[in-house]
Amino acid sequence: MIRADRISRFLFGLYLAAFFVYLFAPLTIMAAATFNTSRFPTVTPWQGTTLQWFAELARDRAMWQSVWTSLVVAFFVVLISLPIGTAAALILTSLHARARGFLYALMVSPLLTPGVVIGIATLVLWRQLGVGGGVFLIVVAQTSFIICYVMLMVAARLQRFDRTQEEAALSLGASKLMVFRRILLPFLRPALIAAAFLAVLQSIENYNTTLFVRGFETPLTVFIATKVRTGLTPAVNALALIMIAMTVLGAVAYEFVRRRQAAAGARTG
Amino acid sequence: MAELYRRFGGGLATVFVGLVFLWLAGMVLAPNVMMIDYALRPNLPPAQVGGPDDVYSLDNILYLAKEGVHRAIFFKTVWASAFVAFATFVVCYPLAYWLAQHATPGQLGIALLALTIPFWINEVLRTLAWYILLAFRGPLNAALLGIGIIDQPVRWYGNAGVLAGMVYAYILFMLFPIYNSIESLEKAQIEAARDLGASTWRIHWRVVMPHAKAGIATGCVFTFMLAAGSYVAPALLGAPGSRWFTEIIYNWFFEGGDWNRGAAYALVLLVLCLVVVLATLKLARVNLTDVAK
Repeated sequence: MIRADRISRFLFGLYLAAFFVYLFAPLTIMAAATFNTSRFPTVTPWQGTTLQWFAELARDRAMWQSVWTSLVVAFFVVLISLPIGTAAALILTSLHARARGFLYALMVSPLLTPGVVIGIATLVLWRQLGVGGGVFLIVVAQTSFIICYVMLMVAARLQRFDRTQEEAALSLGASKLMVFRRILLPFLRPALIAAAFLAVLQSIENYNTTLFVRGFETPLTVFIATKVRTGLTPAVNALALIMIAMTVLGAVAYEFVRRRQAAAGARTG
Repeated sequence: MAELYRRFGGGLATVFVGLVFLWLAGMVLAPNVMMIDYALRPNLPPAQVGGPDDVYSLDNILYLAKEGVHRAIFFKTVWASAFVAFATFVVCYPLAYWLAQHATPGQLGIALLALTIPFWINEVLRTLAWYILLAFRGPLNAALLGIGIIDQPVRWYGNAGVLAGMVYAYILFMLFPIYNSIESLEKAQIEAARDLGASTWRIHWRVVMPHAKAGIATGCVFTFMLAAGSYVAPALLGAPGSRWFTEIIYNWFFEGGDWNRGAAYALVLLVLCLVVVLATLKLARVNLTDVAK
């Protein structure tokens, strides 16, 4: 019995090790290949340690152009999805149960739609209106589903809102607009910041939807995927490494803010 | 709705309703309606649009049923996506169970952090990482040759590559729902089953999995949908013999120049995903509200 227990424990340890190797080995190898002189990114054989690929990346004008495109798109996606997502969450919480169920299903439906279908549907609608693919359509297509995430995050925070605060302010003579601006919005602020962060990330990382509505634009993900097919060098790994570093820093910061707020919430609540 | 106006006043409430209407009608419903319209019309030169030939029909969808290669790729995508969901489940279940029932809070914290970091990184980069790892002269072949498991390099690009890349990409969508649902299982139930003589397999089959049914269904549904609609993994890790349905759709739009047929294929993909999602959730008695968490 004890021996069987030890064997199963050993096997589980093996599985756990394999799982985390599976999780991190590809990323580690991709990162390491940045520093190999080999023209095709790899770690076998190691031909010499270099930083030349960072320099080559910095010289790549097309790459900078695609970074710019992605940032412009992300900016507008946040600008549009935050107000609409917030409005959607507010409407949802002020509806009766039956109507809410239907509206909710409609509102989360973009999350259950494959990304390519969202891109295609947006593309055909706007062609009918004489608008072709480009930054505008990328923003429209991405926003249509990123709003869902904003809505869900804001709605989650709204559930903890204490309506008596609003009533108190109203009875003290504040206008409804003022109550919204001075009480509800500040309360939602943490959720809005988190949602904005998530929206930027979702926008920059999107590929499936963007691919269909990009027109002649080349956002970052499209740039990387094209490079893979037309001539991959470790310069792309350098780009990947920088993006990973920024994402991880952002994620850690996000987690840090979230935990601090959770702690603050626990104190006041 | 009256409640909304009472709470925020006419001006603000109207702005909210207007914004949400713009989103749902203009960005969600209208595009899909237009896609259906495209799917049902023939592909005509501009001069004939609106003419006598421009009538609704199911021709574009029937074309998929008749064209042998496309039909085969469609069915392959369906079963391969189901297989991806199954493989992801097999990979994730033991870890989810361990995290939910056995891990100490310290282990749990570290494991969750380690799990989330790769998934903040974007899907194209994760796929690129696999592209490098699986290259013909790449590290995986070098390592396997080194150990002596194989004596000739293997061409991983193709079905194996796509499968590995997809399972990798969707681990978290499977792990978290299962973890959440196993977490609420009382340890006492597992102990009771063990005391009554149930084997480990039986405990999982008869106690843990039925309890975690909702989480398992949610994870599988999401993984299936993401896999069926994926374009990156098959495009980067695939080979000519492992084409994915999304690639066929892409070709109709940007190489075949027949948007109507492309829209019809996209519609088929959408209906497939909706049917699978809703049917599975219904079977597992999961509410849509619980899924979005």
